[in-house]
Amino acid sequence: MIDRDAPVTEDELHAFVDGELPADRREAVAAFLANHPEDAAKVAAWRAQMDEIRTRYGAVADEPVPERLKLDYVMRTPRGGRSWMGMAAAAAVAAFVIGGAAGWMARGASAAPNGFASITADAIDAYKLYVVEVRHPVEVPGSERAHMTQWLSKRFGTALQVPDLESIGLKLVGGRLLPGPTGEAAAFYMYESASGERFTIYCAKATTPESALRYKTADGAAAFYWVDDKVAYVVSGPADRDRLEKVTKQVYEQVDRSGARKS
Amino acid sequence: MPTFRQKVEATIPALRRYGRALTRDTDIADDLVQDTLVRALRSEHLFHGGDVRSWLYTILTNLNRNRLRSLARRPTLAPIEDNDAAELAGPEAGGRDIERALATLVDDQRQALLLVVLEGLTYREVAEVQGVPIGTVMSRLARARVQIKTYLDGERPALRRVK
Repeated sequence: MIDRDAPVTEDELHAFVDGELPADRREAVAAFLANHPEDAAKVAAWRAQMDEIRTRYGAVADEPVPERLKLDYVMRTPRGGRSWMGMAAAAAVAAFVIGGAAGWMARGASAAPNGFASITADAIDAYKLYVVEVRHPVEVPGSERAHMTQWLSKRFGTALQVPDLESIGLKLVGGRLLPGPTGEAAAFYMYESASGERFTIYCAKATTPESALRYKTADGAAAFYWVDDKVAYVVSGPADRDRLEKVTKQVYEQVDRSGARKS
Repeated sequence: MPTFRQKVEATIPALRRYGRALTRDTDIADDLVQDTLVRALRSEHLFHGGDVRSWLYTILTNLNRNRLRSLARRPTLAPIEDNDAAELAGPEAGGRDIERALATLVDDQRQALLLVVLEGLTYREVAEVQGVPIGTVMSRLARARVQIKTYLDGERPALRRVK
């Protein structure tokens, strides 16, 4: 027999909803709820919350697992020097802080002219300006890679490398010279995928010798930034972090001069 | 018998789901999952039997707690993701309500609620993940439900800061 007046505690109501109630109390609680509409409403509200949470997030588990979360990728041990993985993981944390900082700090107000905020902002501005340019996106076409490398290196004052991104389906459109954050020359390369997606690399002189990898998004565009051997690199592209991370990884490995020196 | 590695691999989708609901940000969630996996694989030798899944939830929960703490230490640089904005905005029509409601919870309560209702862990398992007695899990769960109901009913919730 069910004792309809058996005292039911609040804890039991939660356990009832969560399927944690021992079988011998389940019927008692059900009977209690039938006679206590206020408690029944509460239980219904909890169930509705549960449904909403499951509806909102349940499907995440059905999404394909991104490349960087596959165990083979996670376990891959990086080669010497600073590892891409370590850098990328650090960028995740930095993205946070910088995302906040960028909004909080008016550009140029307290930022050093060749610090992260201003170089990245310049790079993203250049990306946005030239990425939509159909006829004259670059000054020197990619077909003249050797000439372009020589010319930009000369103007820049340091030997630059123009990464080859063909292995990930990106063709060099070409490059141009831009004014850098302190008025010195900055080099700018543009790449394009078969579907017309464009990515750019911006190189400028930096005062810090090295920095961690950082990530920033701005109005549909995104950028990874780091400093290696006193040259700041900003890889910009559409705001798709996984894709941009792949591109950046290629660039990083090809321009990793400090790593190359160490090995 | 699946190997340790296979068990870890099988849990990745669920970890992403938990991380996403916990942080309400795809990138941050996946970063947490990545860090969780790196840590788990590196410290496999420290794992002595037990439930791999619970252990992974524990690592992710702790990493997220550390993340929130380090953010709180830098208040000027880190307007804590969108939590504050979500707290200040009232309920809106559409599926984002529950997201905003979750954002108003204290982290411990959010963990408890999500582990139970989204991840299907038992109270005992959640107690292990959080490192607290079952009674504490239940009171966190109860408070989380009251807070969400209050929020969804349109009453302005008491503003809380994530510690």
